[in-house]
Amino acid sequence: MSTLANPIPRATAAAGATRNSGKRHYGTHIFLTVMAIMWLIPLGWSLFTALRPKADTDKFGYFSLGGTFNFDNFIQAWTQGGFSKYLLNSVIITVPSVLLTLFFASMMAFAVSRVSWKFNVTLLIMFTAGNLLPPQVLAAPLFEMFKHVTLPYSFSDSGNLLNTYISVIAVDTAFQIGFCTFVLSNYMKALSSDLTEAALVDGAGIWRQYWNIILPLCRPALAALGTLEVIFIYNDFFWPLLFIQSGNRLPITTAINNLQGEFLSNYNLLAAGATITVIPTLIIYLVLQRQFVAGLTLGSSKG
Amino acid sequence: MSTTAEKPAAPDSEPGAAGRITVKGQPGTGRRTGKAGRVRRLTRRDKFILAIMVGVPTLIQLLLVWLPTLFSIALSFTRWNGLDLKDIKAAGTDNYRYVVQDYPPFWPAIQHNVLWLVFLALIATPLGLLLAVLLDQKIRGSKIYQSIFFTPVMLSLALIGIIWQLFYNRDSGLLNYLLGTAGTPQAVDWFGDSNVNIWAAMVAATWRHAGYVMILYLAGLKGVDPSLREAASIDGANAAQTFFRIVFPAMRPVNIVIVVITIIESLRAFDIVYVINRGTNGLELISALVIQNLIGEGQVIGVGSSLAVILLVVSLIPIVFYLIRTFGKESKA
Repeated sequence: MSTLANPIPRATAAAGATRNSGKRHYGTHIFLTVMAIMWLIPLGWSLFTALRPKADTDKFGYFSLGGTFNFDNFIQAWTQGGFSKYLLNSVIITVPSVLLTLFFASMMAFAVSRVSWKFNVTLLIMFTAGNLLPPQVLAAPLFEMFKHVTLPYSFSDSGNLLNTYISVIAVDTAFQIGFCTFVLSNYMKALSSDLTEAALVDGAGIWRQYWNIILPLCRPALAALGTLEVIFIYNDFFWPLLFIQSGNRLPITTAINNLQGEFLSNYNLLAAGATITVIPTLIIYLVLQRQFVAGLTLGSSKG
Repeated sequence: MSTTAEKPAAPDSEPGAAGRITVKGQPGTGRRTGKAGRVRRLTRRDKFILAIMVGVPTLIQLLLVWLPTLFSIALSFTRWNGLDLKDIKAAGTDNYRYVVQDYPPFWPAIQHNVLWLVFLALIATPLGLLLAVLLDQKIRGSKIYQSIFFTPVMLSLALIGIIWQLFYNRDSGLLNYLLGTAGTPQAVDWFGDSNVNIWAAMVAATWRHAGYVMILYLAGLKGVDPSLREAASIDGANAAQTFFRIVFPAMRPVNIVIVVITIIESLRAFDIVYVINRGTNGLELISALVIQNLIGEGQVIGVGSSLAVILLVVSLIPIVFYLIRTFGKESKA
C-alpha cells in the first residue's frame, strides 16, 4: 500500500526537477527506478517461488535463498497439473475466436464506413455499446439459451451447447466484434475513397473492393487488433467459467483458478502454474509489443 | 446522417464541401445515391453480398449480446429456479425490493464498487498519467521503464489475483516478510482479512490499470502539438502551468476515453475478486453477486437478474456518455 501512497508527493518533486529541461533528471530516475522495482516484485516473487522445490521452502522458509533452484515445479504443473492440456484448450478457443472476430468486424466495418445508408451510425453505436457492457449482465440468459439448444450427443456430451468450446468461441466473438468494428471502421474511413472508385471503374464488385482492396490496406490495423484480441481472449476468465463445467476443457486462464484450490498448500506449484500462464503473453509482448500498443491506442486515439 | 460516414473518409475535403463528399463516397454509396436515381451503381449481386456482410455480424450481435440483455431485464421481474421454462412465474418488482431491503451483501457491494471507482480514479489513473508525463520526457531508458510498467496490462485480472495471492499470503507471501511480521501473530492475511482485502485487491488492480492509463496517455502526449508547449514557455509558463493549462486540456479525446475506461473497469471488476474468494467476506461487488445468484445450489435467477439489471443501468451512464461524445460529434459534423 505504501507503494501507492508515496508516488504522489514524490511526483510533484520529480516534476519540479524537470522544469528546466536542460538539467539531468536525477529525481525522475530515482522515482521511476523505485516504481519499476516495485512493479516487478509480484512477478519476480512468483518466478522465485516457482523455481524452488517445496521441500526446500518448507525447510528454509519462503523468504530465503537456501536450497536448490530447478524447474521441477514447472514440469510437474505441465504434466500432472494438466497445463499442457489447458494451454491447448486456450489455443482451441483463442485462434478461431480471433479470426472470426476480425473477419466479421472487418466486413461490418467495410459496410458502415465505405457504403453509406440510413442505419450506418445506428449499427455502429449498437456494436460499440455492446462491447462495453459488463459480461455479467448477459450471463443468466446466455447460460439458459445455451442449455436449451438441443444438440445430438455425438456432437456434444451435454446434449446442448454448454460445456462446448463453441459456446465460448461464439460469445467471445460476439463480444469482441463491437470493439473491432469500431476501430476498423475508423481506420477504413480514413482511407481515400479514390481507391475503391478506381476499382469500381474496373467493374469490381463489393466483395472484391472489400477483400482485394480495402482489407490489404488495413493490414496494420488488423495486425494490431489481432494481437490485442489474442491477449484479450486468452485472458478471458469469465465465459469459460460460466459455460464449461468439465475441468479438462477449461482454458488456462480459468483453469488456474481451480488449481488454486487443488494446490492449496503447495504455493511453489501454484507459482509455477501462474508463471506458465504468463509465458505466452510475455512472448507475444516481446515479439509484438508494438502491435499490441498500437491496438490499444487505436481504440482511444479517435475518441 | 447519411453523409457522416463519408466525412472522415475525405481527410482533404474542406468542411461543407458536400458535393465533393458525395462524389468521393460514390463507389460505395450506391444505396444512398440510389435515392437520386443511381441505383445501377450497386448491382443486385452487390446488394446481396452487402446484406450478408452486414447481416451476419448484426445477427450475431443481436442474438448473443442484445437479446440476452433484454432477457435479463425480463427475468428480473420473475421468480425462477433455472430448471424448467414452465416454472417461470411473474414476480413484479419483488426481486428489486428483496435486493435493496433484505439482501445483506447488496449495500456493501455498492459501497465496494464506489470505492473501487474512487480508488482507480484518484490513485491508479493519476499514477498512470504521472508515469506517462515522466516517461514522455527524453530520459534515458524510457523504453525499458515503459515495458516494465506495461507488463501487467498483458495479464488477466484472474491471473493477477493469483500472482498477488502469492505475494500477499500470510505465511508464504513476500509482503509479510518485508514487513517483518511473517510468522508472528501480527501477520496479516491480506486477501483473507475482510478489513483489508478490498484495499489489497484494489492495489493489485492498480498494478494493471496504471500501466494501461500510462500507455494511452503516452500516445496522447505524442499527439499534442509541440508548438503549444513552446508558445507556453515563451509566455513564461512553468512546467506545471504548461501541463495543466495547455497539454492536459489538449488531450481531451484521450481524457474522455480514460474516464470511460476507469468507470467501466470499476463496474466490470469481477475476475480478481472471484479468484480470491468468489466475491465474499469483504470483497462483495455487484458483478460477483450476480454470479453467486446464478451459479450453484438454489439458483435464484430472478434475484441474479435484478442485480444484473442494476449493474446494466449504472453501466449505461458511462456508455451513453461515451457514445454521445464519439458519435454525437460525428453526426453533427
